[in-house]
Amino acid sequence: MVRTGRDLPLAGDASARFLPWVAGAMVFLAALALAGAMLAQTVAARWQQDLAGSLTVEVPPRTGEVIAEREQAALALLKETKGIADAAIVPRARLERLVEPWLGAGAHVAELPLPSLIEVRLAENAALNFGELDKKLSEAVPGAKLDDHALWLAGVGAVVRAVEAVALAVVALIAVLCAVAVGFAVRTGLAIHRDVVEVLHLIGARNSYIARQFAGHAFRTTLKGGVIGLAAAVSLVAALAEGRGALGPLPLPEVRLTAMAWTAIAAVPVAAAVFALLAALATVHRQLKRMP
Amino acid sequence: MARYGRGPDVLSGLSFELAPGSFHFLTGPSGAGKSTLLRLLYLALKPVSGTIELFERDVARIARDELPALRRRIGVVFQDFRLIGHLSALDNVALPLRVAGAKEGQIRDHVAELLAWVGLADHVNDLPTTLSGGQQQRIAIARAVIGRPSLLLADEPTGNVDDRIALRLMYLFEELNKMGTTVVIATHNDGLVARFPHPQLHLEGGRLFRVPGRPRAERARARG
Repeated sequence: MVRTGRDLPLAGDASARFLPWVAGAMVFLAALALAGAMLAQTVAARWQQDLAGSLTVEVPPRTGEVIAEREQAALALLKETKGIADAAIVPRARLERLVEPWLGAGAHVAELPLPSLIEVRLAENAALNFGELDKKLSEAVPGAKLDDHALWLAGVGAVVRAVEAVALAVVALIAVLCAVAVGFAVRTGLAIHRDVVEVLHLIGARNSYIARQFAGHAFRTTLKGGVIGLAAAVSLVAALAEGRGALGPLPLPEVRLTAMAWTAIAAVPVAAAVFALLAALATVHRQLKRMP
Repeated sequence: MARYGRGPDVLSGLSFELAPGSFHFLTGPSGAGKSTLLRLLYLALKPVSGTIELFERDVARIARDELPALRRRIGVVFQDFRLIGHLSALDNVALPLRVAGAKEGQIRDHVAELLAWVGLADHVNDLPTTLSGGQQQRIAIARAVIGRPSLLLADEPTGNVDDRIALRLMYLFEELNKMGTTVVIATHNDGLVARFPHPQLHLEGGRLFRVPGRPRAERARARG
């Protein structure tokens, strides 16, 4: 039987046994890092979407004053303000549900002196002066505060960017480690099969002919391990999503990875295999230049 | 001049020319430097000083990426065969064609035909390790000649085969030579050298002597 492109018996090398495991572990970590970054992005986008075109007014309780009167005064002022489409007091039950994830299900939130919240929906293209409105509110209802979410969203944006940067750093580190592992495997393979490489050279093989065999081997072994690593990462993400419900209410919106995100994660083993292929090609060419 | 690493000079002061299409035996006692001279010629070793011209090119001035094309014009039968153990006889012989980018469809028939010619028709799928030394040598020869090289260098190519096969292989080399291949065969086998009219390059004491070939009638008398 004629065999093509397998002049070097790389499949029997130790690298054929250890490289899939290394690749599997790296793809597992890279897929998790990627999933984490994309989940953080999705959560931030959801928050941004939910809060766009809205304001929240907080009316804290004050000693000696009836909070219902204070919130009605604030509500009346808001409804009179030009550029505000709608304003509504957040019911007490919903308020209690909002604080429950932070305090735990067993806390006696009903007894807490919670501030009153008013949700404000802005009219489309409203040119509202937030500073002026905030000032008017404080005068009409002392202690009332206007929150346009800008500060909070800026904080969320910073966190998401930090998560993305960490994920990127993790993926970059994994890529470097992958290149090191592949480089080591290739150098070992070249040392083990030096005689065969020399014969191939002497019968006229170009470096690219030899490099292609190492690259193909690196691609196949990395892809094999990568698929296993991906399966493990997907299983873990699925298990975490499943387990989220058991944790009770969390201060995070329930989000799912988009089809695009899953596609990107599924592409990690292929990307790793292509990267291994390129790393192998570069290493072989560099090493062969040193041979006669 | 040639030497290995920092060792002593193995060859020095040699100067000779091989006419295209010539056939030479390379003779000399063990350690005279026959294999080293062949290594220089098949570009496995660079001379410490001096020049080697192959196919009208100064080897020292050839760019690294031009070497494969030059090496494909040289067929080599290594003394220790240097077959690839995990490849079948057919795949070993097919290697020069494969590295040159020949189509797989053309390779099989061509290689099988040559293996049949060297008496290994029944062993095309056998691994070299399962074959005798003589059979391995014939695979090495088939690999060296499969690409119709311009220059064939053989280091003791008949050392492990009986006289009948040795003669058959020599006829194969002569056939190649008739088609224009320049042939250099390093050998200890004086009997074999005596049977053919080709001149010798004799290495001894660090010097190279040219021994002209003998006419067929004289060879017949020498054989008695």
